[in-house]
Amino acid sequence: MSRSHHRPPRRRSVPHLASRLLTGSVLAAFLAFFVLPVLWLALAATKTDHQLVHDNPLSFGSWHALKANWDALTAFQDNAIMQWLGNSALYAVISLAITLAVAIPAGYALAMTEFRGRHTLLIATLVVMLMPNATLVVPLFLEINAVHLIGTMWSIILPYSFYPFGVYLTYIYFTTAVPKDLLAVARMDGCSEFRVFWHIALPLATPVIALVGFFSFVANWTNYFLPYVMLPESSQMPIQVGVGTLLSNVPSFNPAVGTLAIERPQLALATLVAITPVLIVFLFAQRFLVSGMLAGATKE
Amino acid sequence: MTLTPSSPGSAARRPRGAVRQSRAGTAFVAAYVVLLVAFGVLPTAYAVYFAFTDAGGKVTGFANFTATAHDFRFMDAVSHVAVYLAFWLLSLVVFVVALALLLHRLASGSASKALRFLYYIPGALAGAASVLVWLFMLDPTVSPVSSLLGMSGFHTFGEVIAPGNLPLLFTVIAFWTGAGGWIVVMYGALNNIPTDVMEAARIDGAGAWQTAWHVQIPMLRKWIVYMVILAFAGGAQLFVEPQLLSLASVGVAGRDYSLNQLTFDFAFQMNNINGAAAVSVELLVVSVSAAALFVARSGFFDAD
Repeated sequence: MSRSHHRPPRRRSVPHLASRLLTGSVLAAFLAFFVLPVLWLALAATKTDHQLVHDNPLSFGSWHALKANWDALTAFQDNAIMQWLGNSALYAVISLAITLAVAIPAGYALAMTEFRGRHTLLIATLVVMLMPNATLVVPLFLEINAVHLIGTMWSIILPYSFYPFGVYLTYIYFTTAVPKDLLAVARMDGCSEFRVFWHIALPLATPVIALVGFFSFVANWTNYFLPYVMLPESSQMPIQVGVGTLLSNVPSFNPAVGTLAIERPQLALATLVAITPVLIVFLFAQRFLVSGMLAGATKE
Repeated sequence: MTLTPSSPGSAARRPRGAVRQSRAGTAFVAAYVVLLVAFGVLPTAYAVYFAFTDAGGKVTGFANFTATAHDFRFMDAVSHVAVYLAFWLLSLVVFVVALALLLHRLASGSASKALRFLYYIPGALAGAASVLVWLFMLDPTVSPVSSLLGMSGFHTFGEVIAPGNLPLLFTVIAFWTGAGGWIVVMYGALNNIPTDVMEAARIDGAGAWQTAWHVQIPMLRKWIVYMVILAFAGGAQLFVEPQLLSLASVGVAGRDYSLNQLTFDFAFQMNNINGAAAVSVELLVVSVSAAALFVARSGFFDAD
């Protein structure tokens, strides 16, 4: 079926029809793979459990069913879902604030100033950044336990605030995007080091602040293992762990559940609720992301 | 004192400025160093201490390591994680690079941009949400692809989550949430290949395949290695996926599946903190060595 007769070379190479079709279908297949489950999830929340099983998987249920699912979901443990959401927001936002206050100056100093131990600190940051943080969960538990912070929000906020990847991103950003001469000129004009950072470096760093903020927020919001260990009380759970609790109350997955059951469409709705904040941040951060995820790539 | 603006590194020529800068630099990193010690160094030290002592604090050498290694679940967990990692890293390298190359060749810039964003959306569902979504996708009674599952011979949820399928299932979940971000990164790295290099390849008569194989992929090497290391670190800590799966299957599948679940079980179910610490130390040794090797050898992080 190939139509590959030789053509004179054009200014732009025109791919053959067959290879074009292949490219198109591969990209479309992956599009379905990535997007269909999200679409299904959104639609599932609008159905009754009966509709979920018997209707077309990609059909819309009804607004009425959506409302009923919402009512059933909020009735679970007396509106636990809202409390979990509030917890998640509290933990993620406080950690984010501390992360930014700590990581941005640190990344700046590593990139733009010279001090004793700089090289060691940089290597340590790289190694810790590449280290899987879940392996430290049990030791962290022991440490937090020793200072009697288990069961308080600080047991996860403080470990979240330590974010070496943010320091590394900031470091890369300043070494690549901000000329050192600019700072040198300001220093010669008599600016103090703090003023150089605050009035010159920081305004230039908006993209990387947004980027570190984004990654830190998403990482904190989606973390499961650490809060699962540190905050076992339902009233303190973040939404991720809470959704796990809901899962174990779905009869079709766990037949032992009694009358307080959660149905599958309600679980789908809870999942949607849990991801909405991240999705919103995604949409707003999009233009920072593409440039920012390449922070290292532009480094040559 | 010279008047030419000099780089901060030239301490010898500007002793006063250097001292001032050194103080400021130290002040700027101080808070970070505190956190690094508290939540990076100290827990590591804790893990090591507990791994080599018993419940009474007596030094026991490698006793905890041998005891945990003899736990009947240990070798299983090691092989589960190893098989999963192999699947996950391989799929990541092959598909992410291929998709980035295809998107990069797409004539329409806006279509390529839209696809990159759509591929990236599942990233918002990282963690528990992605596992829940895929529990639904894999349950033949509600799945939109139940006919596909049926054709592959799976008619009940129990059949889908048979032990042999789990590494593949966890790979699908991890790929679904993680691949989009890496596609964005690879795409950007492709954009950074100088146009004259691509032009030269074209003039030499290289087709799409040759260009990809001989020009683009070698220039992506650094990024592929970076991706593999980060994905390795992420994959070795497998926890939420099997944990939720075991909740969803009443403990039939996914219980004590991964090493991290085992550390959790040792620490909080069997009250064996020292055994848990020993497994943590093993995971740490493997991942820190991999990380250190990468930092030292790849030239990716030129620390100056």
